[in-house]
Amino acid sequence: MPVEAIADKGQLWTIILGLGLGTYLLRFSFLGLIGNRSLPPVVLRMLRYTPMAVIPGLVAPAAVWPAATGGETDPARLIAVVVTVLVGIRTRNTLWAMVAGAVTLGLGLWALG
Amino acid sequence: MSAFPRHIFRQGLMASAPFTLMIVPFGALFGVLATAQGMTVTEAMAFSIVVIAGASQFAALQLMQEGAPILIIILTATAVNLRMAMYSVALTPHLGRASLWQRILVSYFLIDQSYVLGAAEFDRRPEWGLAEKLAFYFGVITPICGLWYLATWVGASFGRALPAGWPLDFIVPVSFLAMVSPLLQTRAQRVAAAVSAGGTLLLWWMPYSSGLLVAALAAMIAGAVVETQEERRHAG
Repeated sequence: MPVEAIADKGQLWTIILGLGLGTYLLRFSFLGLIGNRSLPPVVLRMLRYTPMAVIPGLVAPAAVWPAATGGETDPARLIAVVVTVLVGIRTRNTLWAMVAGAVTLGLGLWALG
Repeated sequence: MSAFPRHIFRQGLMASAPFTLMIVPFGALFGVLATAQGMTVTEAMAFSIVVIAGASQFAALQLMQEGAPILIIILTATAVNLRMAMYSVALTPHLGRASLWQRILVSYFLIDQSYVLGAAEFDRRPEWGLAEKLAFYFGVITPICGLWYLATWVGASFGRALPAGWPLDFIVPVSFLAMVSPLLQTRAQRVAAAVSAGGTLLLWWMPYSSGLLVAALAAMIAGAVVETQEERRHAG
């Protein structure tokens, strides 16, 4: 399946450079520009939650309505999601979670698909 | 400027060792998926060199695959990296007095691992001056970032050798959940994750995948609120 934003090189490089610049500015913000002034504690507290605030939302639609099945909910993919999350929470280890999720997905697709 | 404290650079190298285990498969996976979706090796490498932030690179791939508009792709993938502003704040008391070009380099290499290892070690070593702190920091990032580029290149160059028919579409969601689920240890962290996932599903009707950004903001607020409540409960 061709991906339009990758096939169109102008779009692709806009994304690479835009994302790179935005991310660099976030990294440079205090070290480079703002110096020793700090952010209000409530803002710092919110920023700490960005990984769990963005990533589950990014994954949820793909987990519930996967494009590969035409948007139809797929039990094998849902089970893989649940296993990945539980193993990740339990072991606190990304690699184990990843392996458990991939194996579950493979088995699920083979058994149910 | 005193001589470069090499033994402290080596301490940084050692400290980063456990993290290199994780960098290699993720970098390679990014390279494989990027070329599978139509990028050239050069373009995949440009992604890893210019952006140098794994989770947001996977986020951009996922959104490109879904056909989201360019601006939404850039905003959402950048939002994944908002935490880096917090890292920047946290390292400023330690490295803020470095020269401008050093701070330019430190900022470029500011990733989860350099923040986590740097912040922890600098607190443990109040006797370290700026030279020692910089040596440790660059010791940490040398293997991690070097392997990130190398692994991306290997994945992008040799990924096509993988058998067809693998459910590659779903490897990105699984990797994401594998990255984020080890962080879900407190109630506040779990609430934030639930608001993020539930909110995005409820707001899926919003145009241009913008519901995700709204849900993410709500999730950050929810996490901060729950954390504040729990602190009060412990205090009271």
